Amino acid sequence: MYLFPLALRSLLNRRFSALLTVLAIALSVTLLLGVEKIRNEARASFAGTISGTDLIVGPRTGSVQLLLYSVFRIGNATSNMRWDSYQRVAEHPRVDWAVPISLGDSHRGFKVMGTTGDYFKHFRHGRDRALLFTEGRAFDDLYDTVIGADIARELNYQLGSELVLAHGTGAVSFVEHADKPFRVSGILGKTGTPVDRTIHISLEGMEALHVDWQQGMPARGAASVDAEQARSLDLTPTTITAMLLGLDSRVATFAVQRDINRFPDEPLMAVLPGVALQELWSLLGVAEQALFIVSVFVVLTGLVGMLTAILASLNERRREMAILRSVGARPRHVFGLLLLEAAGLALAGILLGLGLMYLAMWLAQPVILSHYGLFIPITAPGLWDWSLLGAILLAAIIMGCVPAWRAYRQSLIDGLSIRT
Amino acid sequence: MEPLMAEPVVQLEQITFAWPGRATLLDIDSFTLQAGERVFLKGPSGSGKTTLLGLLGGVQLPASGRIRLLGTDLAGMSSSARDRFRADHTGYIFQMFNLLPYLSVVENIILPCHFSSLRQQRASERHGNVQAAALHLLAHLGLDQPALRNQPVTELSIGQQQRVAAARALIGSPELIIADEPTSALDADTREVFLQLLFSECQALGSSLLFVSHDAALESLFDRSLSLRELNRAVVSSEVI
Repeated sequence: MYLFPLALRSLLNRRFSALLTVLAIALSVTLLLGVEKIRNEARASFAGTISGTDLIVGPRTGSVQLLLYSVFRIGNATSNMRWDSYQRVAEHPRVDWAVPISLGDSHRGFKVMGTTGDYFKHFRHGRDRALLFTEGRAFDDLYDTVIGADIARELNYQLGSELVLAHGTGAVSFVEHADKPFRVSGILGKTGTPVDRTIHISLEGMEALHVDWQQGMPARGAASVDAEQARSLDLTPTTITAMLLGLDSRVATFAVQRDINRFPDEPLMAVLPGVALQELWSLLGVAEQALFIVSVFVVLTGLVGMLTAILASLNERRREMAILRSVGARPRHVFGLLLLEAAGLALAGILLGLGLMYLAMWLAQPVILSHYGLFIPITAPGLWDWSLLGAILLAAIIMGCVPAWRAYRQSLIDGLSIRT
Repeated sequence: MEPLMAEPVVQLEQITFAWPGRATLLDIDSFTLQAGERVFLKGPSGSGKTTLLGLLGGVQLPASGRIRLLGTDLAGMSSSARDRFRADHTGYIFQMFNLLPYLSVVENIILPCHFSSLRQQRASERHGNVQAAALHLLAHLGLDQPALRNQPVTELSIGQQQRVAAARALIGSPELIIADEPTSALDADTREVFLQLLFSECQALGSSLLFVSHDAALESLFDRSLSLRELNRAVVSSEVI
């Protein structure tokens, strides 16, 4: 039928307001698709904060809490687990590897984590990605430290930089371990996980910092032990904060978890990282859903803008409708014309929005990768994206019925007489 | 000539019309427009002109009486059938700004052919296709400069616009052309030229012309002249909306 080119020509005649309407819809569509993309990537990235670890073991507490401080370095452990418990668990026949974690110190707001060299071997993030050294290597000396990518960038540290750790985890600390400075031996590549903001030292180094402490205060005078003296002492820790476990087979996970939860010497718990991550995400998910709802409303706003623009144009287009009626257009043609107009505007907006989204992604991809370590792959819209876009088009058509119906009524009343 | 031409093109019998809840606006005992006839209908504002044109277009139906177009009773048709009938058999020319500003001259002229397959068929039969029919009409109406064809219609003079509107009314040879004050925006010279062109085309196509105007100076050019005020027995003070 002839209606389609007619609607198109009529829209082109009003191209300025039509363009603004299309732009409003396009921007809202870009926002919606962008939010969806970021939502999915954030969820995937969150789930990939830790992978390859079968169990996280720590003193008995909430599973989310254990995850928060052992993986996200948020908050503090309320209690520690004993070193001999660590050794007993590590000797469990189904355990393939075990990595201890000890937290509690900081450096200019970044958390310090004591661990062993095995951490760099076994820790995985994302889809089974190992930690990579962009420079240097894991710690060798007692006072060596491996820093995350963000720390190197923000504090401008290179290999060999010296840093003094502070006791406690506040951004500003009054008690520093000034007597035992550490030296950067390795810098890790960007991971997009809390690893980027962690200072890794050996467990022995962690122990050496506190070897002369008594009642939470550094020793003074003769009781203090200097950095070189500490080397000769036994630096086996007595407690650690938590441990990461890899098992010889996934199947054993629940059996080992049960064994640890019933550990006779000390109240311990073991959590599955995936389960705990999901539990944590369900808390954060509210914000994510709010974001989605907001962007849906932005799209609706764009469509209401279109509705307003079409309705406002109706009055000045009564002449156009009367002319069409006089050349033989029936009221249903008038209805169809207005409906096509709404659908055309929405379709143009959706396509432009899609284009803008990909343009934005293409521009932002390298920036996001270098700043947040988040690689956002540029992929074709998925089924969910298409159904969202379909829903927008459907909503536009349903809303388009309003001006179409008004024009239909108007053309029935006006008939062939031209009014201005 | 087509066999339909034997029937009167328009036949009104004892027509009354009133908007709901209002006084009778139109009361016409009898009016006939014969095939090929050119009739001048003098209708100052307030004489029920708009209403009569609405009735002839089948947009409204009379409260009583009978309207036959080409022998067909409009009251017997559904509103969409009346719409189709109007598209097939009636061409309209209005006072001014008759054209769709976003279509070219030729596109404006062939507009009725998109809504009436009968007129499209007639136009194509005679000239091969509707574009050729439009160009033929343009040439006959003195608008055959090629540059005009694809010019935006808003750049034409009013006289040229009215000739384009006439071509649009005439394309596909509808039996009835209704012209509602088509010359009121034209100056005296253009008016005569326009009328002569319109007459000769109506004659060439065998269309009847019902020409409504308040300008009595033109009436001598027509076969017959009637005053709507005399025709309409209802006392009308002013036109309703």
